[in-house]
Amino acid sequence: MFKHYFEGIQNIEVWPIISLTIFFMFFIGLLIWVFKVDKKYINEMENLPLERPETTNDN
Amino acid sequence: MELEQFKYDNKIVKYFIVATVIFGLVGMLVGLTAAIQLFYPVFNFDLQYTTFGRIRPLHTNAIIFAFVGNAMFAGIYYSLQRLLKARLFNDTLSWIHFWGWQLIILAAAITLPLGMTTSKEYAELEWPIDIAIAIIWVVFGINMIGTILKRRERHMYVAIWFYIATFVTVAVLHIVNSFAIPVTFFKSYSWYAGVQDALVQWWYGHNAVAFFLTTPYLGLMYYFLPKAANRPVYSYKLSIIHFWSLIFIYIWAGPHHLLYTSLPDWAQTLGVVFSIMLIAPSWGGMLNGLLTLRGAWDRVREDPVLKFMVVAVTAYGMATFEGPMLSLKNVNAIAHFTDWIVAHVHVGGLGWNGFMIFGMLYWLIPRMWKTKLYSIKLANTHFWLGTLGIIFYALPLYWAGIVQSLMWKEFTAEGFLQYPNFLETVTQIIPMYMLRAVGGFLYLTGAIIMTYNLVKTAKSGMFLAEEDAEAPALEKKKFIGEGWHSVLERKPVVFTGLALVAILIGGAIEMIPTFLIKSNVPTIASVQPYTPLELHGRDIYIREGCSVCHTQMVRPFRSETERYGEYSKAGEFVYDHPFLWGSKRTGPDLHRVGEKYPHSWHFNHMLDPTSMSPGSIMPAYPWLFTQTVDLDLTAGKISALRTIGVPYKKGYEEIANKELENQANEIVKSLSSDKIDINSDAEIVALIAYLQRLGTDIKVSSANN
Repeated sequence: MFKHYFEGIQNIEVWPIISLTIFFMFFIGLLIWVFKVDKKYINEMENLPLERPETTNDN
Repeated sequence: MELEQFKYDNKIVKYFIVATVIFGLVGMLVGLTAAIQLFYPVFNFDLQYTTFGRIRPLHTNAIIFAFVGNAMFAGIYYSLQRLLKARLFNDTLSWIHFWGWQLIILAAAITLPLGMTTSKEYAELEWPIDIAIAIIWVVFGINMIGTILKRRERHMYVAIWFYIATFVTVAVLHIVNSFAIPVTFFKSYSWYAGVQDALVQWWYGHNAVAFFLTTPYLGLMYYFLPKAANRPVYSYKLSIIHFWSLIFIYIWAGPHHLLYTSLPDWAQTLGVVFSIMLIAPSWGGMLNGLLTLRGAWDRVREDPVLKFMVVAVTAYGMATFEGPMLSLKNVNAIAHFTDWIVAHVHVGGLGWNGFMIFGMLYWLIPRMWKTKLYSIKLANTHFWLGTLGIIFYALPLYWAGIVQSLMWKEFTAEGFLQYPNFLETVTQIIPMYMLRAVGGFLYLTGAIIMTYNLVKTAKSGMFLAEEDAEAPALEKKKFIGEGWHSVLERKPVVFTGLALVAILIGGAIEMIPTFLIKSNVPTIASVQPYTPLELHGRDIYIREGCSVCHTQMVRPFRSETERYGEYSKAGEFVYDHPFLWGSKRTGPDLHRVGEKYPHSWHFNHMLDPTSMSPGSIMPAYPWLFTQTVDLDLTAGKISALRTIGVPYKKGYEEIANKELENQANEIVKSLSSDKIDINSDAEIVALIAYLQRLGTDIKVSSANN
């Protein structure tokens, strides 16, 4: 079935490496973003389920 | 800013809740029956529709898709509307989703006892039902994404990311694993064979646990736990990292279900490594849940909702620590195929899913009916019965699993197996099976008490089908200087695409090479396709669910080669559509059972297992002796298998029935020399032909060499 399509692709063996690299960079970017992100935004997000006016974290 | 008025749809949530409770009770009752069958085989009722091999898939399907599935939809539809400040996208889609899903459950409840099964665990349903599942699942997805698109809240809360990942991944898993070639309306053969089928199946099986039982419930945890505790989640930043690392890593771990099997070593190792890595995101999520209660632990003592949720999250933590440990090859060598795995699954199922659902129901129903819980005392009784139930369920099975495994591996000083008779290792643990049923009984009793409590609660209040809400419309505006991830959280479609990429990478890297590289499945010249009679026999084996209790995978351990014979090789399964390796040895492995006993042994054993093995807990199969093989199907089966690569010669289907009759007559003749009289078209003859063929192909080659 789809085996034949895979066999027809040249240099298919680098695909896993490329995809892993992409994910790794995504993840590093994610970590950097998470550490730098605006406190106000996080505060707003974490209070979303509570349906109350945004207050500062009570502890 | 002008406020828009709209209404939340509570009625659809109510219907899903009712379905959750009903199917929960049914699924648990079926599970309890199966548990009792293991020590009182008389409860198989000598009826084909109620044997363990058919009841067990009914139990797993009822619990996973009916109980946990309906509860998931209830929780998602409730929280989604409130997190997005929008009514569900389309009422008609909501109701197609609800009734479609219940019809699928009904179809499963009818077809599984009838023996219509693919034999692939948690994907047993036959192809027409598979198509229905795909359609209804897409309806659910459209309804959810549609709701997200018309939201009045700019950013998507983390719970919604988990819902999106659930939708995308389950769709991919279900479609890829269900590829099959139909023979009749309720019979099909898996598109994949042997090792490849096993890899696809456990990629599915493992990730069904991940994306049907875990990610949606993590989403629900991130909504309902803060709600119940009335405080925000411990760390929202942690939840972001939790999400991406969990969905990326989970998808790789499937091969840990196939350690020491014929799966290529590199794939096994990859599965182990990623399973170990999984501890990090799993525990990140668990701690995030538990720490949400920091400073509120005094309330856990009083509030049954929080009690249930705390135990649920704790059970999640235990199961996700145990899982990676079981993935270590040395631990797996002991635990695999034993009741240890059954205990592990039930810590997750009873503890994490069950208790999360109970907590959610105790929280939702008083709110949706605008009243107070009828009895906190009864809820506490339920909590303790449930907790004791989990303990009484899990501990005896841990004990049973380890004891039995050690007995399998025990050698005498002279180097012989200490317990050469498999049955000895079964009778040893039967008291544990009894205790396990006590655990299941306690848990079910708790659930019945909950049902009474919830019905009473609902009766004391007034159900609010349409809940008024208001929120300002989302205005279009330009964003400057926000982080790239916040952008993602505003763009649900891009987000969904990224989640899809993340989950595809792992699956593709493991599967593509196994399919492509020939050396991964070395062929064996003497391995031939099944004869038509054996093929019919194999389909009876599948129908009766033999693979629920018997493996066909001799692992390369001395204790197994001594007991069963030569270990199983990848090349022996190349014509096995589907693979029948099994995952649990309640009875002995059957891969080398071919030619081990005379035909008459199998004949008597299937009629009354205790006549050949006194004390056996296997059910009797009297109907195999009166039902006949349907010869009209032979040609269809042969040509279907040829289409997916089994090398039957052109035109073979026309002479197949002739060959079938010859082989059947020989078996009948051999039986009659043992003074056994049977018609050559009886199903038992086909089954004997299949059992006698099992694992014998490689003997041919060693005889010739």
